[in-house]
Amino acid sequence: MTSSSVSTYGISRRQLLKTGAVLGVGSTALGLQPAWAVSWGQSSIYAKGIEEGPELALAIRRESILVDGKEARPISINGTSPGPMIRLKEGQDAVLRVTNLLDEPTSIHWHGLILPAGQDGVPGVSFAGIEPGETFTYRFPVRQNGTYWYHSHSGLQEQLGHAGPLIIDAAERESFRYDREHVLLLTDWTYEDPMAVFRNLKTAEGYYNFQERTIADFFADVREKGFAATSEMRGMWAKMRMSSRDIADVTGSTYTYLVNGHSPGENWTALFKAGERIRLRVINGSAMSYFDVRIPGLKMTVVAADGQPVQPVPVDEFRIAVAETYDVLVAPEDDTAYTIFAEAMDRSGYARATLASREGMEAELPERRKIADRGMEAMGAHDMEAMDHSEMEGMDHSDDMEGMDHSDMDMEGMDHSKMEGMGDFGDREPGDGDDEAGMLAPGEAQPGSRYDQAGIGIDPDGRRILVYRDLKAFAPWPDRRSPGRELELRLTGNMERYMWSFDGKKFSEVTGPIHFEKDERLRLILVNETMMEHPIHLHGMWMELENGQGELIPRKHTLNVKPGERVSALITADAEGSWAFHCHLLYHMDAGMFRVVKVS
Amino acid sequence: MNTRIPMIAAGALLATPLSVAQAEDSYDAPEGWPAPMAEHNMAMALFDRLEYAVPDKGHEALVWDFQAWYGGDVNRVYLKSEGENVQGDGEDAEFESLELLYSRLIADFWELQGGIGYQGGVFSDDHAERGYGVIGLQGVMPYGIETDLALQVSDDGDVSASLEGEYDLRLTQRLYLQPRTEIAVAASEVEEFGVGEGLNSVQFGLRLGYEVTRRFAPYVGAYWEKQYGDTADIARHHGDPTEDTGVVAGVSLGL
Repeated sequence: MTSSSVSTYGISRRQLLKTGAVLGVGSTALGLQPAWAVSWGQSSIYAKGIEEGPELALAIRRESILVDGKEARPISINGTSPGPMIRLKEGQDAVLRVTNLLDEPTSIHWHGLILPAGQDGVPGVSFAGIEPGETFTYRFPVRQNGTYWYHSHSGLQEQLGHAGPLIIDAAERESFRYDREHVLLLTDWTYEDPMAVFRNLKTAEGYYNFQERTIADFFADVREKGFAATSEMRGMWAKMRMSSRDIADVTGSTYTYLVNGHSPGENWTALFKAGERIRLRVINGSAMSYFDVRIPGLKMTVVAADGQPVQPVPVDEFRIAVAETYDVLVAPEDDTAYTIFAEAMDRSGYARATLASREGMEAELPERRKIADRGMEAMGAHDMEAMDHSEMEGMDHSDDMEGMDHSDMDMEGMDHSKMEGMGDFGDREPGDGDDEAGMLAPGEAQPGSRYDQAGIGIDPDGRRILVYRDLKAFAPWPDRRSPGRELELRLTGNMERYMWSFDGKKFSEVTGPIHFEKDERLRLILVNETMMEHPIHLHGMWMELENGQGELIPRKHTLNVKPGERVSALITADAEGSWAFHCHLLYHMDAGMFRVVKVS
Repeated sequence: MNTRIPMIAAGALLATPLSVAQAEDSYDAPEGWPAPMAEHNMAMALFDRLEYAVPDKGHEALVWDFQAWYGGDVNRVYLKSEGENVQGDGEDAEFESLELLYSRLIADFWELQGGIGYQGGVFSDDHAERGYGVIGLQGVMPYGIETDLALQVSDDGDVSASLEGEYDLRLTQRLYLQPRTEIAVAASEVEEFGVGEGLNSVQFGLRLGYEVTRRFAPYVGAYWEKQYGDTADIARHHGDPTEDTGVVAGVSLGL
């Protein structure tokens, strides 16, 4: 460990001891006292307590805890919800004893960890699950480092706060230095029963969307862009029976967005001393919510994605898909407060915390942005037959596109490069042409990918927004073979029925696992035919995202695939056994967007 | 026509197993492990309209348009009913239709439905009764028009069809304007039920609703209806108006 890391660790260690002392009393004597009412949470690296490895025990309960000051019944882990931070060290042999004190089976999946299949924690795939009253002991060697998280893989338990950060300290010197670190776990809390949320999604399309287009939006567009362009665009969407405002299935109308379990009003505060360099470990532990994260007044330098180091990227804002993690460095110069603002992608709400040099300080909240309308990139893939060919050509026409751009959408994000991307996509039939002629070189971006765009509703406006193209590893990953084959999976869905699937088949409809030959090198191609983003997560093996960085492509556990996009990753199938592979939007997974990958 | 034909057809449709055998993802999970993802059946009940109608010429009436379903994504059982209780006619409420249907998703936005129906009094003999077989198509047309098209064959072999369409125009996030139309046609005259040959009736309505919640929306509205051809003759014969307008107030209520 480097000297700087040691000093960092020193600070957190002292805090840890303090934390431990308070926690010891806090979780027993204080009982009903919500964890975030205790001030220790404000200066410790993680507000919900820390469990240090390699051996530790976790007890899973359902209990009454206040969330945003209101009575709630989340699932707690060692008395807090979301759960405590688990801290392991690279090279350890972890022994994690999980006791189920619920009245239903549970599980913990260690998200992003490379471990034996039996320790992965997916009931029905890696093990039988943990029955009520039972203790399951997970044992695995810790062979990586970085920022990860853990969560239940049983039913909809994750929505109830059954999740927490999992931080692994590096055995060797990391590629960057810092003086202090804080964990920011973003979650979406609802007081509704998760099954009721699921039923609402299943039985009433748009149930949670209170930002639909109205007649007023239509007239506003007509005023601004003219009747022809507006009605053409609206006509296309209406014809498809889709909503261009369908950006999040579950929204701020039921969700309270939390940072480390704290609502925006509670304003969890992370402390620093001016001049320090601070590492923020940002984890999106939400069930359904993508966030756009920024700290007005501070440049953030992205140094790791999904736990893996990347070459530093200075940004003003980054989008974090569900289940992704990003590590960013910030270096506040002044003794002042900064707002950490994580706005939900559909702008229906936000999570907020404060980075301050003293407790009680706070900074202004940035102005909320408006929901964007999805543009043609979302339509493109979904329902080609809904649009006749002439319309398609119209879409490819840059003149028309420009008309659209300014006319209909509040989509400055729909810049010229996006249009070109779309042109490419429109020209390309799935599985045609150059594939036959020969596969793309490893690391090359697929036509139809949009790695240079952050996605819907982010207007760079001169600011620097993180995009997948920016992610660049320090050195090539160990397996430098070219892929031996390509496996293409379509991301599919039926919004009306809230059915989600791969290749048009829900998990209950498929007849076997996806097979990876042991030790083969393959290219996984994901083609999103829906008009929603999907964070696709492969258990047990890294996905090397072919974002055009050649040998230095980054590796990730979760890939965000935007509507209409075609994304590819290289995989080394070195992990024998059965693994879960799914969309990490909780209700999409539960609705069928789940497969088993079998490596043998 | 033999009365048994529609019944057999309906019965065959209903007999189609409601839960098709769920294929298992056959990776070799040991015995006793749960399925990683559970398949959930859902239930849903909705009074699309539960309203009090005050017509210009005819009698005031309490009107309902109800449907409920149970099942998965593809296969469902529906219970549908439309009917009214005309006020002050000394008669009990009447089912214009009470249908038990098997429904199967055949395209992203379309369900094919078939089953049996009943028309007649609710708990009484105040109204003429008949059974029928029904086959229909329910779904959403392009541009978001909710559609329910049904073909009925009665136990006397009389064939009729109906088409309902409605559209929600969003004025604000909670306020909506809903144009709605209903067209009925028949292949043969059945005087007992006031049905003539050809185009029977057309109804057009406009409702303005406010979604207090997504499942509770009070509304007010107005409608126009007209009967045509033989159907109008029958109505005239009974001294009923052949063209009418009215106002309604009611709720749309999901359960």
